[in-house]
Parts: sequence; structure tokens; C-alpha cells
Amino acid sequence: MSWYGSFAALLPLDNLGHYLHWHFIDISIANVVVIALMVITFIAALLLPFPGRQRRKENP
Amino acid sequence: MSTTEIDRQWTTRLRRRAAGKLPPEKLLPDKQPSYVSSWIYVFGVTTLAALTVVIATGCLLAIRGPQWWHSSSVGLFVNSLHLWSVEIFFFAMVVHLWGKYFMAAWRGGRAMTWMTGVVTFLTSIGAAFTGYVSQSNFDSQWISTQAKDGINSTGVGAFFNVLNLGQMLMWHIVLLPLVAVLLTAIHVLLVRVKGVVPPFEDVPKATK
Repeated sequence: MSWYGSFAALLPLDNLGHYLHWHFIDISIANVVVIALMVITFIAALLLPFPGRQRRKENP
Repeated sequence: MSTTEIDRQWTTRLRRRAAGKLPPEKLLPDKQPSYVSSWIYVFGVTTLAALTVVIATGCLLAIRGPQWWHSSSVGLFVNSLHLWSVEIFFFAMVVHLWGKYFMAAWRGGRAMTWMTGVVTFLTSIGAAFTGYVSQSNFDSQWISTQAKDGINSTGVGAFFNVLNLGQMLMWHIVLLPLVAVLLTAIHVLLVRVKGVVPPFEDVPKATK
């Protein structure tokens, strides 16, 4: 098996997708993962220091 | 030609108006205010960068056609680049939207900047949807047959037929990209005209 074949085997895409059911909410796990990643990115963007921020604050 | 006649020409009036609203140093500024030094401000330009890759890979797909993007290794690679750049485009655009929403980025006469962003977002959803139904494979057939009843129930199906591959492809590669790119250009120019919205605590200082 080629290297990308082995990599693809880690993420089997030929099976049925997994879904989360909660009351009227019906969402695929893949979409939940993407939404969670966006929330994490958003929080990280607010909290992580930006390179050169202090220098720019001193010389606006 | 007299000076009065030159002053009356639409080219003169348009040039003066454009130069007055957006002088070169404002169009391509050397520096931004210090509050822009935050990761939350990078997602707008990330969206723009992703859009550039989307358009470039889309042009390559248009040149070579479906046979190429379904069967050759380079075609599959470019097809994947097109898909993943769209994923990054939406990912960055949503984080950009959240950031601007919580900054209330429509403050200070920036309502039109906000609204062009909103309409670009909605147009992009349409572009992504027509892309899914234009793949010309079983996946696109499945999506279009699943979508038709929903679309028809809104009454839009009378002139927007998701089962019509030719029509969907034209919407995907001509109409929607044209609108999205035009609105993006207006959005960026409005950001240049009005400037990046300041954080809440800087508003009193800025208005002093």
C-alpha cells in the first residue's frame, strides 16, 4: 500500500457517516468537529499574543 | 477644450471623487492602528487568500474539464485544492464574521461594509451549493435530487433548477463568482475608506 493509501486508511470515507441526535438537532460528527475547531480558533485568536504587539503599542 | 468642459466630463468628476475618497496612501497604507495587532484581525485576509486559491484552481478546472478532474492524478489534486481552499475560505470567513459581530463592526458609519460582508457570505453559500451539484458524479446527482424538493417548495425551482447541470454549472462558474468577487472588492475598498473598526475602549479616545 502506498503512503497515501495508508494515510487514507486512517480516515475511512466509504462507510456511512456518524451522526449526533439531540432533540430536533441532527448533525454529522464531521460538522461538529469543524464547528468545534472554529470556536477553538476564535478563542485562540483572542487570547494568543500577536508578534510585535508591544512594539506597535509603543510606536502606534 | 476649455477648463469648464474638462471639469464637466464624467471621467474628471469620477477621478476627483475617487481620489478624494480613497487617496493612494489610504488605498495601500504603510501601517495600521496598533489595535490591529491581534490574531482576530487576520481572518479577513485569510478569507481573501483562500478566495484567490479558489478562483485560481477553479480556472484550472474550467480549462481542463470534468474528464481531467475525475481521472488524472493532477486533475484530482487540483480538484482537492479547490475543495480544501473552499473549506478554509468558509472556516476563516466564519471566524472573521464572529470577530466582527462581537466588535460591532458596523459602528462609525460602517453599515455598508458589514452588509456587503453579509451578502458576500450568502452569495458564497450559493456558490458552494452549486459547486456540489456541478461535480458531475454520483455525489452531485444525489445532492441535487435531495435538494430539488426543498428548493421547489420555496418556489425558486421555477427558474433555478438544481437538476439542470448546465444551469447549475453556469451559476457556479459565472454568476455567483462574479457577484462574490465584485462584492468582496467593494467590501475591501469600504474597509480602506472607513478604516478598521476600533475596539470599544478606544472609541471615546478616537472621537475626542
